[in-house]
Amino acid sequence: MQRSPVTAPTLARLIDAFHRLPGIGPKSAQRLAYYILRAPREEAEALAEALLEVKDRTQLCGVCQNITDVDPCAVCSDPNRAAETICVVEEPLDIVAIERTGAHRGRYHVLHGAISPMDGIGPEDLKVRELLARLGDQGVQEVILATNPNLEGEATAGYLSRVIGAMGLRITRLAHGLPVGADVEYADERTLREALTHRVLMDGEPDRYEAR
Amino acid sequence: MPRTQPLRTEAIVLRQRPIGDADKVCVLLSPAHGRMEAVARGVRKTTSRLAGHVDTLSRGTFQLARGRSMYIVTQAQTLDAWPSLHDDIDRLSLAVGVAELIDRTAMPDVGSRSLYRLTQESLARVAEADDPAAAVRWFQLRWLDQQGYQPELDACVRCRAALEPAGNGLAALEGGVVCPDCHRAGAGAPLSSTAFRLLRYMRRSSFDLTAQVRVNRAAASEVDRHLSALVEHALDGRLRSSSFAQALEGAARGARNTREVDHAAV
Ligand SMILES: [Zn+2]
Ligand SMILES: [Zn+2]
Repeated sequence: MQRSPVTAPTLARLIDAFHRLPGIGPKSAQRLAYYILRAPREEAEALAEALLEVKDRTQLCGVCQNITDVDPCAVCSDPNRAAETICVVEEPLDIVAIERTGAHRGRYHVLHGAISPMDGIGPEDLKVRELLARLGDQGVQEVILATNPNLEGEATAGYLSRVIGAMGLRITRLAHGLPVGADVEYADERTLREALTHRVLMDGEPDRYEAR
Repeated sequence: MPRTQPLRTEAIVLRQRPIGDADKVCVLLSPAHGRMEAVARGVRKTTSRLAGHVDTLSRGTFQLARGRSMYIVTQAQTLDAWPSLHDDIDRLSLAVGVAELIDRTAMPDVGSRSLYRLTQESLARVAEADDPAAAVRWFQLRWLDQQGYQPELDACVRCRAALEPAGNGLAALEGGVVCPDCHRAGAGAPLSSTAFRLLRYMRRSSFDLTAQVRVNRAAASEVDRHLSALVEHALDGRLRSSSFAQALEGAARGARNTREVDHAAV
């Protein structure tokens, strides 16, 4: 990043730090740094504290591997969450999205990534061993594979379903289909094909999985 | 900067990587332009109309605009989605092996119709053939030929003696088969006569003929090993996707009664 020689080194350091964050370009980095500079001291302190606390206080839940302040996390220690169903996701943010729907009342497992064959990222680089250990013991009946519908997500789901298949558990995968609000005419071949294959009955109850 | 005409090309999507908040970089193989990188904007959002048309391991027509550092996909239309590559994890794993080899060796701005045709035909065969592994074997042999690493199968690479099927070795570093004398003297890995015959038959036959040859599992995996050694020598590195193939194989051994993946809506 080009920087004016008149920028004070301390300010430049903050601009650089913001610029390293994902999605922050040089202009935004500059804007953020000047904002902090002009903001009251308490605001800067609160931000600095929050940054340090997230590093010091958070850890991975020993059960589901989600990021948490307490181990086990709130979901894993909630008796109202069905322990029979585990929804496997790639990243912690996927849990946030699924929780917003309120449609999953079971538990989660975060892999922290996906298998990427071309990059040589395999199951041993993810939290797969931890998942299999959970399935070994009591109670789990269904594993929902909620990996992304791209090559890495498919490779991950395919691998996991093969490994878990031997354990006598029900394995499901998120349905692929038309996005809400989209026009059929713009749908690509694969999405439309998946949507047709997994079409649902119109009368009576939809053929939909309900979490136990 | 002068405004340039958008570029229209057919292409195969070899791989993708995320960039920015919602974009992806697609690595394309074009018959006229070789390896290209193009940004597909917004394709990680569920509302993207483009996303399904730039899927990894698909073939389509692309309209590309020249951006500052990379091309930008302005339109795409799928010609072959090869759905079975995405539905069948073993086919997917094999197809990734094909794509990785092309991704790592195709050059930007170096168009090659024969390389494009080989890639297209091989992915289609991996998607549809009864024995997709045979399609990868045939692909690797032809790829070696096209790259100038055509393995020597007629005369010993050491002493130039004419080769008979029995007692030979295969020396990947030296680029081909060694005769029984040179093999006994320490050159190459053992090459069974069945594997030697299969390699020679693949060399002179079309894929369709090759696919009709029934080979036992041991000979097939022996040929796979030798071809991998030759390919990795030509690549000057390991084929990364092969470790996924091995992980899958390990998983299959542990789970002989694999169940179908059902579908659920959350
Ligand atoms: Zn937890
Ligand atoms: Zn010799």
